[in-house]
Amino acid sequence: MTQWIEIGALADIPRLGSRVVRTPGGNIAVFRTESDEVFALDDRCPHKGGPLSQGIVHNKRVTCPLHNFVIELASGQAVAPDEGCTHTHPAKVENGIVWLSVRQAAAVS
Amino acid sequence: MLDKVIKQKLVVIGNGMAGIRTVEALLERAPDLYDITVFGSEPYGNYNRILLSPVLAGEKTVDDIMLNTVDWYEDNNITLRKGETISMIDRRTCEVVTEAGERVPYDRLLIATGSNPIMLPLPGKDLPGVIGFRDIYDVDRMIKASTDYRNAVVIGGGLLGLEAANGLMKRGMNVTVVHLLDTLMERQLDPVAGGLLRKSLEERGMVFKMPAQTQAILGEDRVTGVRFGDGTELPADLVVMAVGIRPNFELAKKAGLYCERGIVVSDTMQTYDGRIYAVGECVQHRRQTYGLVAPLFDQAKVCANHLAMKGFATYDGSVTSTKLKVTGIDLFSAGDFAPGPDKEEIVLQDANRGVYKRIILKDKKIVGAVLYGDTIDGPWYFQHLRDGTDVSHMRERLVFGAANLGDGGVSGQNSVAAMSDETEICGCNGVCKGAIVKAISEKKLFTLDDVRAHTKASSSCGSCTGLVEQVLAFTLGGDYSAAPKVKPLCKCTDHSHDDVRRVIVEQQLKTIPAVMRFMEWKTLNGCHSCRPALNYYLLATWPGEYRDDQQSRFINERVHANIQKDGTYSVVPRMWGGVTTPSELRAIADVAEKFNIPTVKVTGGQRIDLLGVKKEDLPAVWADLNDAGMVSGHAYAKGLRTVKTCVGSEWCRFGTQDSTGLGVKLEKFMWGSWTPAKVKLGVSGCPRNCAEATCKDVGVVCVDSGYEIHFAGAAGLHIKGTEFLTKVETEDECLEVIVALTQLYREEGWYLERMYKWCDRVGLEQIRKRVVDDVANRKALFARFAYSQQFAQTDPWAERASHGVDRNEFAPLAELELA
Repeated sequence: MTQWIEIGALADIPRLGSRVVRTPGGNIAVFRTESDEVFALDDRCPHKGGPLSQGIVHNKRVTCPLHNFVIELASGQAVAPDEGCTHTHPAKVENGIVWLSVRQAAAVS
Repeated sequence: MLDKVIKQKLVVIGNGMAGIRTVEALLERAPDLYDITVFGSEPYGNYNRILLSPVLAGEKTVDDIMLNTVDWYEDNNITLRKGETISMIDRRTCEVVTEAGERVPYDRLLIATGSNPIMLPLPGKDLPGVIGFRDIYDVDRMIKASTDYRNAVVIGGGLLGLEAANGLMKRGMNVTVVHLLDTLMERQLDPVAGGLLRKSLEERGMVFKMPAQTQAILGEDRVTGVRFGDGTELPADLVVMAVGIRPNFELAKKAGLYCERGIVVSDTMQTYDGRIYAVGECVQHRRQTYGLVAPLFDQAKVCANHLAMKGFATYDGSVTSTKLKVTGIDLFSAGDFAPGPDKEEIVLQDANRGVYKRIILKDKKIVGAVLYGDTIDGPWYFQHLRDGTDVSHMRERLVFGAANLGDGGVSGQNSVAAMSDETEICGCNGVCKGAIVKAISEKKLFTLDDVRAHTKASSSCGSCTGLVEQVLAFTLGGDYSAAPKVKPLCKCTDHSHDDVRRVIVEQQLKTIPAVMRFMEWKTLNGCHSCRPALNYYLLATWPGEYRDDQQSRFINERVHANIQKDGTYSVVPRMWGGVTTPSELRAIADVAEKFNIPTVKVTGGQRIDLLGVKKEDLPAVWADLNDAGMVSGHAYAKGLRTVKTCVGSEWCRFGTQDSTGLGVKLEKFMWGSWTPAKVKLGVSGCPRNCAEATCKDVGVVCVDSGYEIHFAGAAGLHIKGTEFLTKVETEDECLEVIVALTQLYREEGWYLERMYKWCDRVGLEQIRKRVVDDVANRKALFARFAYSQQFAQTDPWAERASHGVDRNEFAPLAELELA
C-alpha cells in the first residue's frame, strides 16, 4: 500500500526548480514543472552521481549540472542516446501540499 | 478518431536523401500535422547515395548504407510505397497518379525526384553493357559485369567517373577513363592538382585517354568497344557514362510547374504552385542547381519549417566543398578557385611529399581552396570561407593550416586518416578515433551534433571539434557540411544568436517566455543551453527592468559558488587586484577551520579558493566572510572574474605606473557585471609583464609614457596572445576604453563566446573603430555600462547571508526519518 508523507507546500518549490528531501537512504529531489506538476527522483544522476536537484528544469526534464545528462522526470530515464536510470518515487499535490511516497529502492541505494 | 479526420495529407514523390531528410525534419517540428505517403521508384528504403562508390569498390555493403529501413517508415506512421512511380500530377484536383492509374489526393505535395545521369546521345548508347552510375541497380550491374568481363571504359573524368573507375578497378577490371578536357575533375581542381591526381591514379593502374571525344559506342548484341573523334578505338565490355547529372523535373514540367534547368523554387522551397514544394537535386534555386548532400540538407530544413507551418526560415543558397572518395587519395576542394584579376593566391607545393595546397583570397577573405595530399585543414579553410572571416592577420601562415596557427586544439597530428583506431580524439571524455568511426558507421550519424550525442566526443570543451569533423568527413567520404552556415542558438530553435539578440531589442521582448513565444521555440521551456543564454541577453539588454530568472541560471550562478564533482561547492572571496590584508587572511583561516573546509588553494587569478563547502553551509560561510569585509569573488560567473596585477611602481624597481592601483580601480568599477562568457583582466606595471596581461581577455601593459591596452587573448583551450587595441596616456582614459570595450562585447557577444572568439568573428578593426576612433560612441558605451552597474553591484553573498534572499535554495524542503 502506498504510504504518503506530507513534505511541504508546493509554493516552497520554485517553478521549473527543485528542493531536496533528506532521507536516511539519501537525498530525494522533488521537482516542480511550469504547470505545477511534481516529480520525485533520487538526487543522483545515473552517470556520475551528480545532484539532479541542482540542474536546470525544462518541460518534464532536468539537466544534470555536472555533465549535462538529461533525465526524464516521470521515468527517471536518461534521454537517448545517453543511457541510465534514476529511481523515481510517487509524488502528488493536493490543495497546495506536496506528498511523497518513498519507495524502498531508494533506501537500499 | 477526430484527429485522423482533420489531418492534412502530405505526399512525397521521391524516396531519396533530400525527401526523407525533409520528412525527418518535419516530424521533429510537427509530428502529428500530416498523414504522410512516400512514393519511391526504387525497391528499397532510403539509402545514402553518396556511399555507392564504396559499395562498388567493395568497401561497404548495401546494408551499410541504408539510412531509413522499412521499419522506420512504419514506426513513424508513414506509408511507404516503394517500387511505385508517379506518372502524373493533377494540380486541378490535387492528386498524384501512379503508373497503375491510382489517384492519391494531397493537401501539400513535396517533389524530391533527384536527378538522372546524363546519357550522351551517341550511336550505340542503348546497347546492353552501357550504363549510368546513379543507384543500387547500376552498382549491381557493374559488379556483375566485373565478374563476367574484363575491359571497362568510363566516360567522364569528374568526381563520379573517377569513383566508378576506381571501384571497377578494385573489382579487377582494366579501366580506361575517357575525359573531354585535359584536366581531371576540372570543376573542383586546378591543372596542378588534377595532374597530381592523375599521376597517383595511374600508379594504381588506371589508364587515361584525354583529351578525347567519344564518337560512338560499338557493338551489336552488346557493347564491344568505343570509337573516338580521332578515329582510334578501344575494346570495351562495359561502358559507364558518368559525365554528369541532370535534374529530374519531367513530372513537374508536365504538370505545368515553371522549370528552367530544374524546378524553380523560391527561398521557402516553394514552386510556382504554393501547395507544391520541391527539394534536392531536382530544384533550381537562385539560378543554382546542386548535386551534393550538404545543400540538400539545408534545403530540407527550410522546407520542413514551412511544411510545419512555422513560416520563417529561408534558404539563401549554399557554398559547397567536395572530397574524392577514393581510399588512399586525399583531395579537398571548396569554393571558387578560377584565377581572376581581383584574386590572390597562396600556393604551397611539395612534390616529394605529394602535397599541394592552393588558397584563393579575395578582399582579405578565403573564396576557394584546393588541397591535395594533405587535406587535414580542409574543414578549417571551409569554415573560414563560409563565415567570410577576414584572414589578413594570419595570412603569412595561412597555408600551413590551423595547427600552425595554434588554432587546432590538439597539435602534432597530421591527418585523421593516418591515426590508429586507439588514438584519443577527445581528451575530455576519452573517446578514441575507432569509437567515433564505429558510431558513425553503425548508428548512421551525419552531423557533428549526432556524434556529440552518441559518443560524447567534442561535447565538453570543444577543442577537438575540428578533429571530429575530420573523422566525420573521412568516414562518410566527404561533402558533408558539418555545421550549418548560420548556427542556431540551440536545438530548440532555428534562430541564431544574432537573430535572437536583434529581435529582443526590436520587439521589446522582456521575458524568456515572451522571446520563446515570439520566436516560436520548438520546446516548451527551452533547455539548459538556451535558457541561460536568453536570461543573459535579456539582462544585458534591459538593465534594471528585466528580473533575473534564477531557474534559468546554471547552478553556479544561482548559488554563487562553484559546484564540484561530489556536489559540494567552492567559495572564492574577492581580493581587489589580488591584494589582501592580515585580517582578511585571518578571517579566511577561521572560516576554513570553523566549517571544516578540506582544501584551501591559491588560484591562477590571485585569489584564495575554499573547496569542499557543503551547500547548506554556504550562507554561514558568506556571513563570516562578509563580516571581515569580503564580498563574492564571482569565480563562478559569466562575468567579470579577476583583475590580476603585479606590484608596479609602488614597490618594483622597474615599475613605470601604479599597476596594482589601476587593477583595483578597474575591478571596483567593473565587478558584478554579467558578460557573455567569463572576463579576466591583467595589469602589468612594465613590459616585463609579470601579471601576464597579454594572454587575458583584456590586458594593460604600463609603459613610461602611458598605458597600452590589449585584448582578445586566451590561455586555456587555446593559447593566443592579445591584440593591441590602443595606447592612452591617463588612468581615466584607460578605464574608459576598457569599460567601453567590455560593454560592446556585452551587447554583441554570443552567450559563452569568449572575447577572443568575438573579436575573431567581428574583426579587430571594427571593434577599434567603435571603441577607440569614434569617441562619442565610446562615451555612450561607457555610459550604458555605468548605468547597468547600478543594478549589478550588490553583493550576492550578503543578500543571501543576511537578507534572506533565496532562503529556500539552501535548506532542504523536509527531513524524513523513515521506519
